Amino acid sequence: MSNLHLLEMKDWGSEPIRKGFGRGLVKAGEANDQIVALCADLTDSTQIGPFAEKFPERFVEVGVAEQNLVTVASGMAAMGKIPFTASYAAFSPGRNWEQIRTTICLNNRPVKIVGAHAGLYTGLDGATHQILEDVALMRVLPNMVVIVPGDSVEAEKATIALAQDKRPGYIRLARDNSAVMTTADTPFEIGRAYVFSPGQDITIIANGTMTSVALEAAEKLFHDGIDAEIIHCPTVKPLDAATILTSVKKTKCVITIEEGQITGGLGGAVTELLSEQLPVPVIRMGVKDVFGQTGTPAELLEYYGLTAKHVAIQAHHIVNK
Amino acid sequence: MSTKNYTDKKLSIDKLQLIANDIRQDIVKSLEKAGSGHSAGPLGLSDIFAALYFDILKHDPSDPKWEERDILLLSNGHCVPVQYAAMAHSGYFPVAELATLRKYKSRLQGHPEREKLPGLENTSGPLGCGLSQAAGMALAMQMNKDSHRWVYVVMGDGELNEGNIWEAAMFTAKYKLHNVIGIVDRNNIQIDGTTEHVMPLEDLRAKWEAFGWHVIEIDGNDIESVIDACAMARAIVEKPIVIIAHTIPGKGVDYMEYDYHWHGTPVGLADVAGAPPKNEQAKVALKELRTLRGKIKNESNHE
Repeated sequence: MSNLHLLEMKDWGSEPIRKGFGRGLVKAGEANDQIVALCADLTDSTQIGPFAEKFPERFVEVGVAEQNLVTVASGMAAMGKIPFTASYAAFSPGRNWEQIRTTICLNNRPVKIVGAHAGLYTGLDGATHQILEDVALMRVLPNMVVIVPGDSVEAEKATIALAQDKRPGYIRLARDNSAVMTTADTPFEIGRAYVFSPGQDITIIANGTMTSVALEAAEKLFHDGIDAEIIHCPTVKPLDAATILTSVKKTKCVITIEEGQITGGLGGAVTELLSEQLPVPVIRMGVKDVFGQTGTPAELLEYYGLTAKHVAIQAHHIVNK
Repeated sequence: MSTKNYTDKKLSIDKLQLIANDIRQDIVKSLEKAGSGHSAGPLGLSDIFAALYFDILKHDPSDPKWEERDILLLSNGHCVPVQYAAMAHSGYFPVAELATLRKYKSRLQGHPEREKLPGLENTSGPLGCGLSQAAGMALAMQMNKDSHRWVYVVMGDGELNEGNIWEAAMFTAKYKLHNVIGIVDRNNIQIDGTTEHVMPLEDLRAKWEAFGWHVIEIDGNDIESVIDACAMARAIVEKPIVIIAHTIPGKGVDYMEYDYHWHGTPVGLADVAGAPPKNEQAKVALKELRTLRGKIKNESNHE
């Protein structure tokens, strides 16, 4: 849609989503001197480095200690700081979930958990590091906002928005290059989903690196005579129910696609909504109750069935039901 | 009654001992009414909490968010009955409300919840998280150039089994957060038995020292020692300070003292070897406490 200021597919760029977080945190830090950053010995790779260089007096290195990472941040938030904690998502929130639950969510402190190197785009590091369960872990926590940006440009805006938000938050970042579809003028608000490509026949809901895959699938499907509506849903919690329901009332069938487990994440959130309010056929695409493995992102997306070709096949299946 | 009176005009040690004794009686009464909760730890901590709320802490019960207040974190949240009783006696809420401990809709939740009760500084229960929160608060205070406040954090000794504590111990020493004062309730018991049986902690002093802390060891049931140790801790600026406070679990109730079976058991719930029958337990405990084991006449008028 023109008012979203999206790039034409031929003009898409390529950059790791985490880079946008790094830029956004510096901007947030410039705007508000209460922003602090904490890291668990992964300063460069989480992209918290630019903030640490610019504001060394507001940067805290906790070492390889993720439980301490988030609980120290809880204490700093109690004294008026807005802490961003960065590590790999496999370790934070992977290892310190209970500390996040008790000292940040139940205690209601505005700590922002930055989960870098999440999902299959972590590639060669293998299953231990390719966490696929982080969105589910964070989504079940009361008070927690959960954001999975679609590209680096959106990650920058999401970081700035989280810095201004009063709630605890989680932002998921991918490691390797992925498509850049949005521009500085593309809107982003916490809690909003956006119709990136309008259509009539099927609603495809995606976030993270899978939004570009969904857009590619829409183009393939258009040539096959299927008019797909693509909803980019970066905020998994709170979910933008209105945008999703409006679309599904029209299309009456849905595919969700995410770079994580199909239980508890975006697909879980959408199917919970639809099963109560608007039951329609749904296919959830993602990783299906198995772990990742070593490989390039392209090899892994092919293996786990998360390419535009796979989405198109599923769309034919559900539309022709 | 405002605690400004307690904090501005120092109370005598004798008076503080009587307050600690009132706190103990309220712990026994509120746990009996609740029918669940922990007995031994709160009773052992009563002298420390009387000292904290009525002498050591800079605080104002009529203004729990007072910006100059000291912070007190209870890391071992299961001992919260002692904190509730101390808070009530110092004026945060009516003493009568202690009877709602662990009841539906009560502000006095089974484990402390910051957002439920003004005056609580954190939410705790799952162990091992208090020291790192204290360190985060102290670091933020240093960043804010807020130099005349201290963060006190009470930890259990069984709680020191948690790895998070030692992550926090390294961190606090790294940043030389001398505005953190840790108080370890060294009562030697945890739920499954004695600490040295469940998971040995000794040499505990050497452990903290090796982690870069200044260690003070005291008799934690001696109120004057508690006050003196905290005064000394505030004078040390090179390192964070931990006070290992040796306490008697169940202190003040003869049949509970030193017995780990009372760690997680309230009075009146069950018959326990060596204790009065369950429906006599509260009465016997309160009688002992009211008379300081026969040393004084009955001071209080309540039943």
